[in-house]
Amino acid sequence: MIIAVASGKGGTGKTSVSVSLAKAIAELDSKVKLLDCDVEEPNANLLLECSRISETDFSVKIPSLDISCCTGCGKCAAICEFNCIAVVKERAVIFPDLCHSCGGCSLVCPEKCISEIESKTGVITKYSSGKIHLVQGILDIGKAMSPPLIREIKKNTESEIVIIDCPPGTSCPMVTAVSNADYVILVTEPTPFGLHDMTLAVDTLRKMKMNFGVVINRSDSGDDRVENYCRKENIEVIMKIRESIDAARAYSKGIPLYDALPEIKQDFISASKTIMKRAGEKI
Amino acid sequence: MKIAISVNSSDLEDKMDMRFGRAKKFMVYDTESKTNELIDNTQNLNAAQGAGIQSAQNVINAGVEAIITGHTGPKAYKLLSESGVKIYHSEEKCVKDIIADFTNGILKEADSADVEGHWI
Amino acid sequence: MKELVIISGKGGTGKTSLSAAFASLAENAVIADCDVDAADLHLVLSPEIVKSGLFESGKLASIDESKCVSCGKCSELCRFDAVKNNGGVFSIEETSCEGCGVCAHFCPAGAVIFEDRKCGEWYISKSRFGTVSHAKLFAGAENSGKLVSLVRKNAKEKAVEEKKDLIITDGPPGIGCPVIASITGADAVLIVTEPTLSGEHDLERIASLIKHFRIPFSVCVNRFDVNEEITSRIEKKTLELGGMVAGRIPYNKIFTQSQIRSLTVTESGCSEIENIIKNIWENICRRMMMTI
Repeated sequence: MIIAVASGKGGTGKTSVSVSLAKAIAELDSKVKLLDCDVEEPNANLLLECSRISETDFSVKIPSLDISCCTGCGKCAAICEFNCIAVVKERAVIFPDLCHSCGGCSLVCPEKCISEIESKTGVITKYSSGKIHLVQGILDIGKAMSPPLIREIKKNTESEIVIIDCPPGTSCPMVTAVSNADYVILVTEPTPFGLHDMTLAVDTLRKMKMNFGVVINRSDSGDDRVENYCRKENIEVIMKIRESIDAARAYSKGIPLYDALPEIKQDFISASKTIMKRAGEKI
Repeated sequence: MKIAISVNSSDLEDKMDMRFGRAKKFMVYDTESKTNELIDNTQNLNAAQGAGIQSAQNVINAGVEAIITGHTGPKAYKLLSESGVKIYHSEEKCVKDIIADFTNGILKEADSADVEGHWI
Repeated sequence: MKELVIISGKGGTGKTSLSAAFASLAENAVIADCDVDAADLHLVLSPEIVKSGLFESGKLASIDESKCVSCGKCSELCRFDAVKNNGGVFSIEETSCEGCGVCAHFCPAGAVIFEDRKCGEWYISKSRFGTVSHAKLFAGAENSGKLVSLVRKNAKEKAVEEKKDLIITDGPPGIGCPVIASITGADAVLIVTEPTLSGEHDLERIASLIKHFRIPFSVCVNRFDVNEEITSRIEKKTLELGGMVAGRIPYNKIFTQSQIRSLTVTESGCSEIENIIKNIWENICRRMMMTI
């Protein structure tokens, strides 16, 4: 069962909600895998008391040219949609920074002189925290692309229950993280920015035909526009979390919502039961 | 030998275009015959990584052995130097003076790109 | 003409609210909203669109069923799991397609349609604070930074045309391509962060990116009173990294309240916050003038 936690807007509490859900499910006596796919700025490990198990480099494939057999035919440059290959003076020159690792150049070369080599773009770290097993990906600074690293992290789904902490936004990193989930939780806040970005995320999830519900964080800090929108659009509000300076202070020190206040803990436990029920249902 | 200078127009009194990748034109000057021709550089500069690489391809295909410009990004630099083209950086001056500087050996070869690429 | 870019590393720190406040304080600026994946600045600037255009980037593959022979070659070669096989009927999932063209190239039946992808829309608008350059990225689109660059390019052109001396750019969160595209060539960067372990951690990452580009930067901690200890750590770290501490802003409900009224925080009548932000703005302006 795969549950993805996303948001349109950044800073709505996605990571705190992901970690809290993982803790709630672990409390219900189940092993949980938490995948932190916010690879530009992963934070889940800061909210869990965990011990590191392993750390491995992540690499993508980029083309490597054997100059000795290159005839400068230009077929590799012609197939590359990302301008990673230039041909001058009868030889190809490769610019791998924006390579999407599609393999096209290597496939198309008639002399078979393009092979693929590994180029490190990030690191995958595994942590253990009681019944929660955290897999985190972090993208190297200056590296262009999140999706390949996100896809690699998502290979870690050999567990009954998997929670994915997704990157914010609605562009390709979020789409990659959310795809194939059984249920998506959109975390939002009751403000104009929160609603606006949530509607974009809703459009994306509907386009992907995903099953989803909403968690409203700091639910009493704004107005009722988000709830009105959810009612109008027939979107289930799974949980509302009230604004609390104590919870904010706790979060600043690395304490997730689940552990900040006892009433929130209970809310998460019942929310997790609802979410697992929804994730098990077919649309 | 032929050298390419990033320019805005064919006017030798006009100032050089300081940017290589986004230069609208290149003046290709032949140091032996002391003649010059203008080549256009406004191909699709909107392609990703387009500017530096395409501009470099442009001057290489024109058969130059050296380029003079204000700044070169890492991709243009890589392509030019791997193709054996020397890169010289100059202050913003009029083209006529730059050619004189080059002929008199005043300009120094750049040993690396001096500005960041734009990723896009 | 100078450009100030406001970024955050971690999302939700108040970057856009602050950018809007600066827009209201600046006298001679063009505003650029480069947070193209979930753009919000327009919600408080209320711009009226004057000009707009379609943004096309990359390509998208689709299968012409009438020509498809169901050989499965596309599926075999696709590295992005974008080809779906529904009982012998092959189709390409738009949100997974990278636009690499490998399937189109190798399809033996010529059944793959490969065309330019419409990724978003750009706009040039007018607002009560001047011209705004902004855009919208369509859902699931590739956020390579090209649309960000286009928004900045449009802003620059308008600034030259209108003889404005400053561009205020609301940048995207994160540290990827869109952020890089928003800061290259900028004269100054302001990082808006929050006093949490996450905020502190993300700040270090974003600061190292900026140092790589050698752009002068300053830091402002928003909601600093949630954790003053971490605020001090962040400010100390900023100085160690060679940045300037632009100021600190206390938590105040006025941020949400003014947003709800579609106003900037500096139009909302809360003089405490107004003065604090004015002070930060003056510090930043002074620093920008100093680096001529």
